[in-house]
Amino acid sequence: MTRSFEINRRLLLGGALGGVSLAFAGRAAARGAGRKKLVVIVARGAMDGLSVVVPHADADYVPLRGALAVAAPGQDGGALDLGGGFGLHPALPGLHALHRAGQMRFAPAVAIPVRVRSHFDAQDVLENGGEGLRQQDDGWLNRALVATGGPRGLSIGAQTPLILRGAADTSSWSPGGRVTGQDRIAALLQDMYVEDPLLATSLARGLETDAMAMIVGDGTPLRRNDVNGLGQAVARLMTGEAGADVVALSVDGWDTHARQNAQLQTRLAGLDQVIGGLREGLGGQWADTVVIVATEFGRTARANGTQGTDHGTASSLLLAGGALKPGGLIGDWPTLAENRLFEGRDLAPTLDVRSVFKGVLRDHLGVDRAALDARVFPGSAAEAPAIGGLV
Amino acid sequence: MPPFASQTAAQTASQTAAVAVTRFGLGARPGEIERVAADPAGWLAAQVTPDGAPNPAGRFVASPERMQQLLAYRAEPAGPRRTPAAAPQTEGAMAAGDPAAEAARAARQDSRREMTQDTAREFLARAQMGATTDAGFAERWALFWANVFTASATKFQSAVFMGPFEREAIRPHVFGRFEDLAAAAEQHPAMLLYLDQAQSVGPNSQAGQRRNAGLNENLAREILELHTVGADAGYSQADVTEFARALTGWSVPTPRDQGMAGANAGGGARARAVRAALAGESGENGFVFRPVVHEPGARTVLGRTYPAGGRDQGEAVLRDLARRPETARRLARKLAVHFVADDPPQALVEALEAAWTRSGGDLGTVARALIAAPEAWDPRPAKVKTPWEFVISTHRALGSSPARVQPLQQALASMGQPAFSAPSPEGWPDTAADWAGPDAMVKRLDWATAAADLAAPSADPNAVAAGALGARLGERTRQFVARAESRPEALTLFLMSPEFQRR
Repeated sequence: MTRSFEINRRLLLGGALGGVSLAFAGRAAARGAGRKKLVVIVARGAMDGLSVVVPHADADYVPLRGALAVAAPGQDGGALDLGGGFGLHPALPGLHALHRAGQMRFAPAVAIPVRVRSHFDAQDVLENGGEGLRQQDDGWLNRALVATGGPRGLSIGAQTPLILRGAADTSSWSPGGRVTGQDRIAALLQDMYVEDPLLATSLARGLETDAMAMIVGDGTPLRRNDVNGLGQAVARLMTGEAGADVVALSVDGWDTHARQNAQLQTRLAGLDQVIGGLREGLGGQWADTVVIVATEFGRTARANGTQGTDHGTASSLLLAGGALKPGGLIGDWPTLAENRLFEGRDLAPTLDVRSVFKGVLRDHLGVDRAALDARVFPGSAAEAPAIGGLV
Repeated sequence: MPPFASQTAAQTASQTAAVAVTRFGLGARPGEIERVAADPAGWLAAQVTPDGAPNPAGRFVASPERMQQLLAYRAEPAGPRRTPAAAPQTEGAMAAGDPAAEAARAARQDSRREMTQDTAREFLARAQMGATTDAGFAERWALFWANVFTASATKFQSAVFMGPFEREAIRPHVFGRFEDLAAAAEQHPAMLLYLDQAQSVGPNSQAGQRRNAGLNENLAREILELHTVGADAGYSQADVTEFARALTGWSVPTPRDQGMAGANAGGGARARAVRAALAGESGENGFVFRPVVHEPGARTVLGRTYPAGGRDQGEAVLRDLARRPETARRLARKLAVHFVADDPPQALVEALEAAWTRSGGDLGTVARALIAAPEAWDPRPAKVKTPWEFVISTHRALGSSPARVQPLQQALASMGQPAFSAPSPEGWPDTAADWAGPDAMVKRLDWATAAADLAAPSADPNAVAAGALGARLGERTRQFVARAESRPEALTLFLMSPEFQRR
């Protein structure tokens, strides 16, 4: 995949200099059609699943949540109806429209396989796909790339997240300034880095991706809070012949210990717009796309003393994309009854989050069962069988 | 063995000087490596002083004054709220029709801007100190501890205390006892606000019984997980909750305190009582202990019981955690990872841990153990610099100092380390994989190119490279710099060289 990136960077730069970049990009987009696309959005900080997928018909929801409870569908500021006693937070109208089109599904109570309430330990497990703490140094999404050999991986942001670190070459990109006219220095640096492969490969990949963003983009600088524009820019990096197939994206700021309602309103509206931007930017390729939104753990079932929630256990997981099969709940609803709460305080998990990841990887990217059980999620065959029928 | 023993000895001596300045310190200014060559270890040890690490130069407010500013800012009316329903024209008409409201909003914006600019000014002063100090090791050591006890500007209310936090809670204690550093850091307004402790209320306290408020366990959890024993230490959710109960009452002044204690000076009995309480229970740096929100009763944390008390109850738990062997082990390793290698030699970790244990957590002793450890002097450059270290060491190499804060903030943000804004309570990451990703390397090249263009007219690239790296300058890089087609190109190559990107 590195090779194709290199070839395309040269071609694209040549095209730009010759003033034919638009025509070229159009042809490339046509040729790139039909490849499967996967975007994994990691919501860092522990997203409050009970506010995202609102169990309004559960009799214990309002008593536990008090002022944090999202009203039932039909009421003022109420949730957007998902059927079956669930509703979507009102800041997610885009995802709700996708649900009505059969392109959004949710798992109401998933968790990683380890019971920890540390963000850092839990994010590590969510991303490295291990059975326990500190069992893998690389990420499951990267191991999935290794297992299939084909797709190109890309992370968004200055730092490559653990989920996409590993043996398979990947690239990364973030909005910002661009390198121009540095081809000569870039080549010299590659020679100078001959004994420092880390710096050599990082810089080469970064320059390749940057050149793609520069040419494939429409030249409009991205404004700081333009989340829809970010989604579209990411989508542009995914289209065309050399476009990325598998993308890891982080959305931060979910650790809502205090004043949760206002924070969630902003965060969820942003999440809705990122996904909207992806859908718009991917155009026809949305039909071959799956987006996963997952978080490291959920939050306490009860509100705390500061209009927020503390670290909990199960949370909800969202799937979106034109490649999804329409369907109902993924996994069961454990209820919020006192005797069903995990340790008397948290929503209890009914499903291992790896089962969803495995189902998507198998049915969407064609990762075979043996590789999933042994290498992508080592030792998960018994504990976390892949869920079928998602894609 | 090389044939000429005397030459080898000379090489080793100059390597040692280069390692002292570039690995332990913030990089070499012109001539610095030669200046310390006579006694590199002695140069480092002389920076370990009981007074702690130096403060940035300049006049900056202390926490109590900053707290007054923050309270005044909060007390000012916010003006018409922006709501989706209110169209821009309507807002404009309202503002034009009500000059008083407009003036109030302007005053509020001014006070916010003043606090933000003050914080940026102090960040610049810290960068200037980093670029010019002769005690680069003390500065690196101080920022290491500021990162262990991360507070962050990602929240406005903690942002405005970032300068005071490092100045008041971190720097004075970095060569003293760890438990004193921990006590100062956890009780500083920056930390109490960043980790939500200031609002936590004991459910059975006087205040907790009166109104619908309760515990916030954020600070308690992060002290256990990140500041002391670590997540592997085997504490339970019950320990976190008990510790959170013990910490209730650790807080900061509120607008009500100000109203009663300030506006009505010498006034009623209630105002006098509040003032007395503030005077009696207030610690340093604007810390306030509130007995009315403190959860009554004895607490049990990690098997030890603490009798009912006030402020001292939480502090007793904290000091016990700071003294535990898990804390020594965890932070010894974190130090070795920061100063020496992503995967540090076990002997080094053990030497640091032994020094910690032997001295009862005396950080000066631990610093001297790091200086004395042979593993710390391996001349191979192992660690990738953080963006901060890269930018500051570039200024040092060029003999310059940052003049304006805005380009500095922009550069650091683009490379992934925005000013005072660690992304989470875990602080900045500390391995090559975290800092040398593809996008970050492009941003480093962008910045290096711009810095080289600025410096080129007055710099001799060969001299800059030799002065900045001394004996750690490799033959390949030396040749690339010497053969470059222009001075900007030579400087860019030097700044991006493996030896300069690493330390």
